[in-house]
Amino acid sequence: MNWQSFDQFVHMGGYGLYVWGSYSVTLVLMLAEALAVRHRRNLALAAARSQTKMEMTR
Amino acid sequence: MTLSLTTYAAPSRFYAAAGAWVPWCWAVAALFGAAGLYTGFAIAPTDFQQGDAYRIIFIHVPAAWMSMWLYLVMAFWAAIGWMLNARMSAMLARAVAPTGAMFTFIALWTGALWGKPTWGTWWVWDARLTSEFILLLLYGGYIALTEAIDDPRRAANAGALLALVGVVNVPIIYFSVRWWNTLHQGSSINLGAAPKMAATMLTAMLLMTVCFWAYSFAVVFTRARAVVLEQESDTDWVKALARPEGTQ
Repeated sequence: MNWQSFDQFVHMGGYGLYVWGSYSVTLVLMLAEALAVRHRRNLALAAARSQTKMEMTR
Repeated sequence: MTLSLTTYAAPSRFYAAAGAWVPWCWAVAALFGAAGLYTGFAIAPTDFQQGDAYRIIFIHVPAAWMSMWLYLVMAFWAAIGWMLNARMSAMLARAVAPTGAMFTFIALWTGALWGKPTWGTWWVWDARLTSEFILLLLYGGYIALTEAIDDPRRAANAGALLALVGVVNVPIIYFSVRWWNTLHQGSSINLGAAPKMAATMLTAMLLMTVCFWAYSFAVVFTRARAVVLEQESDTDWVKALARPEGTQ
């Protein structure tokens, strides 16, 4: 193990801002994209459902 | 059951199959991501020259690789869609673009955050950095162009032309560090030569690469399924899918 304490781990030998700035932005973007595509598919499915429902009641 | 490349050319079949693949892609991404982060932070030692700043490369290099691979994947499906007039291929190409653009941005962002402590600058107009930035513009142009044209077929064909012209940029990015002797260092991993880095560091990088690939498959398949529903909403199979349970 490279780190004796959590503080040391966060500090990253003085490069904490650069290392965590890289990893946090990457993680946030990947999570955001994952949620966005799931939302887009749900929206598309809901739109298809409401269209079908309208056609059935017509 | 007969399986061939054309099996999934039908949007209805692709939609169902991709829906089954996505959870597995997520499982692989999570597993390899956890293993990669553990190897990268707990096992790989601090670099004697760069200190701990070098740990950024565990995501920087895989993201840069993904940005180029995904462009080739996008251009490949766009070309197939154009030549064979295959709707599913064209929809796949459009589903790849935003993820490719995101990885290009991540490569540039993490590169800047690595460059500041290591080179002393966030950005230089070096051949590698400039060509990677052009890749981001190409993705942006492709997305803007395909979104701006309402007719899906015309949008796909115009996008395919742009994507294919832009392919020339990918070898330029890859070989830029060899062709021009500028700030960005040469590649650490080459076919036919021993990698110029410690085995644990290489392992962390390769684990993260598998994670990013699996992630890309999961996200692109999900987006492709949304695109299929959006573009095929007038077809019988989508109507059958959207029908409430138990009705005819």
